[in-house]
Amino acid sequence: MRGQAADTAGMGYLESLPRRAVTLWLPLSAFLFVLLFPFYWMVITTLKPNEELLSREGNPFWVINPTLAHVKKLLFDTSYPDWLWNTMLVSVVATALSLFCSVLAAYSIERLRFRGARYVGMAIFLAYLVPPSILFIPLATMVFQFGLFDTRLALILTYPTFLIPFCTWLLMGYFKSIPYELEECALIDGATRLQILTRIVLPLAVPGLISAGIFAFTLSWNEFIYALTFISSSEVKTVPVGVITELVEGDVYHWGSLMAGALLGSLPVAVLYSFFVEYYVSGLTGAVKE
Amino acid sequence: MERLLDNRNVLGLLFLLPAALLLLLFLTYPLGLGTWLGFTDVKIGRAGEFVGLDNFRFLAGDAVALLSVFNTFFYTLVASVLKFVLGLWLAVLLNERLPFKAFFRAVVLLPFIVPTALSAIAFWWIYDAQFSVISWTLMKLGLIDRYIDFLGDPWMARYSTIAANVWRGVPFIAICLLAGLQTIAPSLYEAAALDGASGWQRFRHVTLPLLTPIIAVVMTFSVLFTFTDFQLIYVLTRGGPLNSTHLMATLSFQRAISGGALGEGAALATAMVPFLLAAILFSYFGLQRRAWQQGGADR
Repeated sequence: MRGQAADTAGMGYLESLPRRAVTLWLPLSAFLFVLLFPFYWMVITTLKPNEELLSREGNPFWVINPTLAHVKKLLFDTSYPDWLWNTMLVSVVATALSLFCSVLAAYSIERLRFRGARYVGMAIFLAYLVPPSILFIPLATMVFQFGLFDTRLALILTYPTFLIPFCTWLLMGYFKSIPYELEECALIDGATRLQILTRIVLPLAVPGLISAGIFAFTLSWNEFIYALTFISSSEVKTVPVGVITELVEGDVYHWGSLMAGALLGSLPVAVLYSFFVEYYVSGLTGAVKE
Repeated sequence: MERLLDNRNVLGLLFLLPAALLLLLFLTYPLGLGTWLGFTDVKIGRAGEFVGLDNFRFLAGDAVALLSVFNTFFYTLVASVLKFVLGLWLAVLLNERLPFKAFFRAVVLLPFIVPTALSAIAFWWIYDAQFSVISWTLMKLGLIDRYIDFLGDPWMARYSTIAANVWRGVPFIAICLLAGLQTIAPSLYEAAALDGASGWQRFRHVTLPLLTPIIAVVMTFSVLFTFTDFQLIYVLTRGGPLNSTHLMATLSFQRAISGGALGEGAALATAMVPFLLAAILFSYFGLQRRAWQQGGADR
């Protein structure tokens, strides 16, 4: 695969340099510029004092007197730290819960091959195609009836509905690649299925677990509609919902702190992603290719 | 007990239990409940009664609901086509021999990683009626003589939200298609080149047919998530101006949660299901068939 990837542009040498500049570097730089500009804009806006933000004079692409006032306001005058903590807590717990369920489910579907396993696998895939936008209304009534409204538990319990199908589907692919012989040897040596799962299959599927974990964490961190619907008190809100509902006061937009909120809320996932890019990409493409 | 746990059927179901419980309780049940709610007149804080097709009949005569259906289709169609074309282009570019290829690939995916609600705030500011940086630049270049009202004019708002959606979706499609491109053997291109195929012909007759299966899957996902989009619209316009950007998802939120008419909102959400199924079947089987016609593997 790696060797192939290096050869894919095998005929690139046939193209002259100026031609390559027009067909490759020009469009690629345009893509990168457009894709990255909003992030640059977030940073610049965060650092700008209000006078510069609300002025049409001067060059908007640069900041003359950078200030951290917006970040300070965000961290000390709003519930932003609470929201960060909530998002972190909900994402970590929901991810752990989903991974636990998915590992067992994926192993069961892919390796125990019980009667009907194929259909359960299909059902899991279909479950992934059910979008939150058609579930949030009935879920809201359920959350209310269970007395979970306005609690973090409501989010921890509902996030797995989109995390488990994805993680299970991804892990099924990883488990498939582990040779049966390893398990058979262990079975002959008298290991139970649970021992096989924890001592043999899981250590071999660590890349898959990391992919699924990173993905689940990012999806939980980004979740919006459930958190918007099930939470109403400021101190239990997550970052995306808190920023949208609390930092916008009437018609006065505090662009500096809004942008600082968006930037700080994006950083954790961006940093995590930068450490695990390969796992993330393989998870993304693996799930699609199956 | 020991014997029972050795049975793969028993053990299999036991392992499946935690996932199945969560999914049945919080996914399958609400899916049914949502459909049921669509046939009742439940309001927040008040139990409802079965009213048959009343909600759907009301929505079918409601200009705003019909507009939201139109908007949803328009949004999905335009955004998906743009995402596909640009995503494929970007994938082909990234598949060339490049220095820092891994870095480029990592950076390209950033818009997809970051929470949509938060990146939408950046777009909100970029689209600001008075301080938009796009307007500023175009003004300085002398291309326009007054600031563009990106989110204030109905059609402008539609295109602006689509642009933000495309911005977020292109990386996903590009990276997935890139993975597909990397599996195409270079020898095929060399053979085509020896037969005298031009660059475009190589792309049209080698790349596209071999890529079709993965395109089908990726676009199915993309259409699905675009059709049911919520966050972006909620943050950028809340459905305005004049309901011109309301999607079915945002309108059902407005009716059900903000307005309290749970039954009506649920009916609107349920009405998305047939469209979704149609979209899935169309993009999946439609493209699958093409793969088969063009000599691709029948999966």
